[in-house]
Amino acid sequence: METLASLLLIALGAALINNFVLTYFVGICPFLGVSKRIDLALGMGLAVTFVISVAALLSWTLTEFVLRPGALVPTAVWNAVAPAAGDAAGDAAGAAGAATVDLSVLSYIVYIFVIASSVQFVEMYVRRFFPPLYKSFGIFLPLITTNCAILFACLEILKRVEAREWGLVESLTLAVFGGVGFTLAIVLMAGIREELELADVPKALAGAPITLITAALLALAFMGFVGMGANVEKALVEQPPISAERPTSPPDSGR
Amino acid sequence: MNDSGPTAAERFVRGILPENPVYRQLLGMCPTLAVTAAVKPALTMVAATAFVLICANVLVSLIRRLLVPHLRILVFTLTIATFVTIADRVLAAYLYEMSKALGPYVPLIIVNCMIISRCEVCASKQTVGVALADAVGVSLGFLVALASVATVREILGMGTWMGLPVLPEGVPRLVLFVMPPGAFLTLGLLLGAINAWSARRARRRASATPRTVKEAA
Repeated sequence: METLASLLLIALGAALINNFVLTYFVGICPFLGVSKRIDLALGMGLAVTFVISVAALLSWTLTEFVLRPGALVPTAVWNAVAPAAGDAAGDAAGAAGAATVDLSVLSYIVYIFVIASSVQFVEMYVRRFFPPLYKSFGIFLPLITTNCAILFACLEILKRVEAREWGLVESLTLAVFGGVGFTLAIVLMAGIREELELADVPKALAGAPITLITAALLALAFMGFVGMGANVEKALVEQPPISAERPTSPPDSGR
Repeated sequence: MNDSGPTAAERFVRGILPENPVYRQLLGMCPTLAVTAAVKPALTMVAATAFVLICANVLVSLIRRLLVPHLRILVFTLTIATFVTIADRVLAAYLYEMSKALGPYVPLIIVNCMIISRCEVCASKQTVGVALADAVGVSLGFLVALASVATVREILGMGTWMGLPVLPEGVPRLVLFVMPPGAFLTLGLLLGAINAWSARRARRRASATPRTVKEAA
């Protein structure tokens, strides 16, 4: 129950409350570029959700087993095998017992490599097994490599995994629902822009400026979810004490 | 490979205003919206991005003869990722608070399309000098863009500029401007203003030319 509640909070947080596009401003390029028609926007959203999940799975695995400080060689083993190296690594590190193999410096390079190659693999897979889908995605698939939403999700996961807060399930939840939030935002935007085509926009604001102003209104609307987030958190996290007090409450409810 | 194309001076000037990365090419929107709630983080971001852009442009220009066409984007990205790692570590070591405030947006420089586009358009085709001038010019253009957005947002939202009080006490603070919707709104309105200004200038130039012709006749 506890884990389910925390998963639900992560999902709601990624999709609505802290929407990737409208709160963190990641994935702005496709949000502005590919939001003219609803069907294309939906395709882009689904492609991003798919890639973000694959990349999150790969980057979680790499972070947990290779990049995380102490992942490759456990601290105890390291200290036993190379105590001299621990001392040489600096007094501060040696004194704190933190002397270990820390590859997290490499994480950015590894992540961007993982993202680029997973986009490549997803493209090959979709082309081989789902030709119609590949045709409808068209140019969007290769473009996803430079979509910051994916690297952003990987970085969030890195932060939480290094702090030993999240496992695989939490990381994947963030990735999938981050993708869902991106899809939601871009499809909503496309719906508004289809109507906007018919509106009489001042000439100077036509194109990107009016799209940004529309996005501002959309972001304003999404800020409403912040309150919802607080309420859901209260309801979910503080559930156990309430249910524990329940035996004493029937007289009150009977009144 | 010949070194045809714009000269260093042209590249430098174009990057600042005529081909401003944010206002004209709509590249690098993510940092423009995300770190401009105040001027100080915006300037730090510009410095980090400029460092990465200049180093990546120069390095790509040096190795441009070795690039294999279908692998070049990957080479650009990995080059950029290396310099971003350096910038990120330096920020974390010397400006820890700022590095924490900027959060994921420093590593996100890797996927800033502005840098990849400069590597693709200029550095992979032209000499080191031109690539350097181009990178400095585009960085200045990025500075203009981020500083303008951040100035508007910080003054309207908090009544300060670089932390110094600007607006008098009585003026209400529009907190909306330091929140996410304010970022979209400010950038949208500034883009609109620049479009209107350049349209007016183009119109004036168009109306000025026939008159001189008439006068000459």
